[in-house]
Amino acid sequence: MSKSEAISWYRIQEMFRFQAFHMYGIIGTAVVLGAIATYLIKKYNMKDYQGNPIIFTPKEKSVPRYLIGGTIFGLGWALTGACPGPMFVNLGYGYWAILIAIGGALIGTYLYGLLRDRLPH
Amino acid sequence: MLELLSQPWPWYTSGILIAFVMVILLFFGKSFGFSSNLRVICAACGAGKKVNFFDFDWRAQTWNLLFVVGAVLGGWISSEFLSNGDVVQISQATIQDLNALGVAAPDGMQPDEIFSLEALFTANGFLIMLIGGLMIGFGSRYAGGCTSGHAISGLSNLQLPSLIAVIGFFIGGLIMTHLLLPFIL
Repeated sequence: MSKSEAISWYRIQEMFRFQAFHMYGIIGTAVVLGAIATYLIKKYNMKDYQGNPIIFTPKEKSVPRYLIGGTIFGLGWALTGACPGPMFVNLGYGYWAILIAIGGALIGTYLYGLLRDRLPH
Repeated sequence: MLELLSQPWPWYTSGILIAFVMVILLFFGKSFGFSSNLRVICAACGAGKKVNFFDFDWRAQTWNLLFVVGAVLGGWISSEFLSNGDVVQISQATIQDLNALGVAAPDGMQPDEIFSLEALFTANGFLIMLIGGLMIGFGSRYAGGCTSGHAISGLSNLQLPSLIAVIGFFIGGLIMTHLLLPFIL
């Protein structure tokens, strides 16, 4: 992640300004290869290392939770230039300031747990 | 070899590695999704006593926490041993746009205007990190996943909900980038 600069705030800004192919290349490659792998696993009913079938749980059908939740996530992503994975990579990289964002993300997750029953899903 | 590794890697290496990680997790009977860790950490801190959303067997998710440790270690290895101080090569257009917002051209991985400790000790800088983090944590759990769970795993499995979530990511991201950032920075 860090070596391809996907953890960089600059790269995320560039992505949301549609000014380079870089981030789309990373995500696109991962999705195309991931889709091929998922297709093959399903087609040949592949098993995991313990011999259990690999199951893909379909996501629950809904629009509001994905659209609203996704939008809130996007606001945070573009502001800090980090999503949950790269946050921790940034920490390892030595950007201590990201600790505040990690703390914020934990509080945010907790708030969701608190308010979950009152939100449209 | 080390010299080659020390240069920034092209985008396709990262894409291939991400897909590879996802497949490995599938073969270990797991699924690839990073933001679940935030819920696991909340649960491990005892949040399950007050809120039943966190009342689950988080110990079964310990493998996922190891993923977090791995991410931190990966960042450290990459900055400590595989970095040659390269500057992020963003496009000229982005540099100009960011200049207009008062963010200087890159001289490393992250902008000092946001990621330096000096910036963090200003009210604005602190709030950017805190509120940004809040929205990431709240939004990813509300949407049931983040970039890894929806954009990578979900889209790979051709899930419509994930596509809706990713569209949401972009709605939020575009609003922040084009409408809000000019007032924040």
